[in-house]
Amino acid sequence: MVNKPARPTDSLIGNDSWNIQLDTKGRLKHFLTIEGLGSEILTNILDTAESFANVNEQSVKKVPILRGKTIVNLFFEASTRTRTTFELAAKRLSADILNINISTSATSKGETLLDTLQNLQAMLCDMFIVRHSDSGAAHFIASHVAPHISVINAGDGRHAHPTQAMLDMFTIRRNKGDFGQLRVAIVGDLLHSRVARSQIHALNTLNTGDVRVIAPKTLIPTGIEDMGVSVFNDLEAGIRDADVIIMLRLQKERMLGALLPSEAEYYSQYGLTEERLRAAKDDAIVMHPGPINRGVEIESRVADGVRSVILDQVTYGIAVRMAVMSMVLGREPEQPGGDVT
Amino acid sequence: MDDIAKPDQLLEILADDLKKLLTERSIDNPLMVGIHTGGAWIAEILHRKLGLEQPLATLDISFYRDDFSRIGMNPKVKPSRLPPQVEDKHIILVDDVLQTGRTIRAAMNEIFDYGRPASITLVCLVDRSGRELPIQADVIGQHLNLEPGQHIKLSGPDPLEFVIT
Repeated sequence: MVNKPARPTDSLIGNDSWNIQLDTKGRLKHFLTIEGLGSEILTNILDTAESFANVNEQSVKKVPILRGKTIVNLFFEASTRTRTTFELAAKRLSADILNINISTSATSKGETLLDTLQNLQAMLCDMFIVRHSDSGAAHFIASHVAPHISVINAGDGRHAHPTQAMLDMFTIRRNKGDFGQLRVAIVGDLLHSRVARSQIHALNTLNTGDVRVIAPKTLIPTGIEDMGVSVFNDLEAGIRDADVIIMLRLQKERMLGALLPSEAEYYSQYGLTEERLRAAKDDAIVMHPGPINRGVEIESRVADGVRSVILDQVTYGIAVRMAVMSMVLGREPEQPGGDVT
Repeated sequence: MDDIAKPDQLLEILADDLKKLLTERSIDNPLMVGIHTGGAWIAEILHRKLGLEQPLATLDISFYRDDFSRIGMNPKVKPSRLPPQVEDKHIILVDDVLQTGRTIRAAMNEIFDYGRPASITLVCLVDRSGRELPIQADVIGQHLNLEPGQHIKLSGPDPLEFVIT
């Protein structure tokens, strides 16, 4: 189905990836990647999420807007946080949600995937939330589903994880406000990180002042400078005066070959400790998409410390996913309907 | 079209009539709930005029609209501020303009998600023609006959004014 890219920086899914996300009126139909979406849509997602964050703080954390809609969590790769927050988001919108966990090898399963899809479509579902270890899987599914079905990418290979990026933007905006003045440092395994790619696209689209990536040379994809970031190999130099530090998980399961001497060696150079954090601004926030490897990329004292907003990210993830789901399913039909009073 | 009074005049009428009605129904210490945005402005003034003890509550019914799938997501929904317990409370629901009745239907659905109130009294500044549901207000500032294509909107909060288009 999807050709494995020779290098992660290669164009993964072609130039039309952003195109099929929008309907003829320019509204979000699928949410597959941040790439190609304007700041207006991203800001709209953040504003809508703000409304849902209020719902999540009420004693009754449920609204009826997606009543009668059926959503399928289609996870071909393990996930706890993302799957459960999508599930909670759907439930708080009063949708019905099915969880389907299909563990597959990294080999292409095109035929099986299409068969699965056709069966689920026959059950009259409205939305697929897809996680897959192959880059481009969500895009592939979106281009093969019936026209009334929306697809949300919950992480595809090394390519994109757009709802994670948007919940990170939400966390940054809530803590720091205007992106234009911010220095944001992304630290760690950029080579394997779909989260980082989506974050960089989102930060650039929202006109972030200074975006930096920090990692050993072996974990930096070639050509990443072309995405409009500056590259650092030294942690303390990279996070100097940063407002936001985003730590990435060392993706041991995706490591092919000897990219690193050892975890201990990595921690000694790139682990975020309280001492190293002093290089950043006094009020800098520390983020991590989870799951965290304590003592590998981040010291426990930092992960649990006052600067950490890691658990806020999880909470905000529900509101952001509610926003995306309701925007995608809340579009008026493209055919003329009745009058609205 | 009929002439329309100033919102401030109508508020005087509302406050007087509501006081009488509450006495009549032996309701004391009610919970006043204003519907965003116009209803919340009106409710704030009424709450003060009546000197109610329970803090003012507000509702944004955007998530409860029955036309969601047609008009889509309103990105700036204000938080609903209802006390966690509405069980057995006497509620005074306040809105600016009553037309189709759909807003009130949505507001009552939201209130019932929080619990079972003892009663709901509906107060509206203007009751205009165009009802689509069997809903009527208990206290009304003014009845108004408008053509189906005409719209009335309250602008505010300071000053409160009607805009008819």
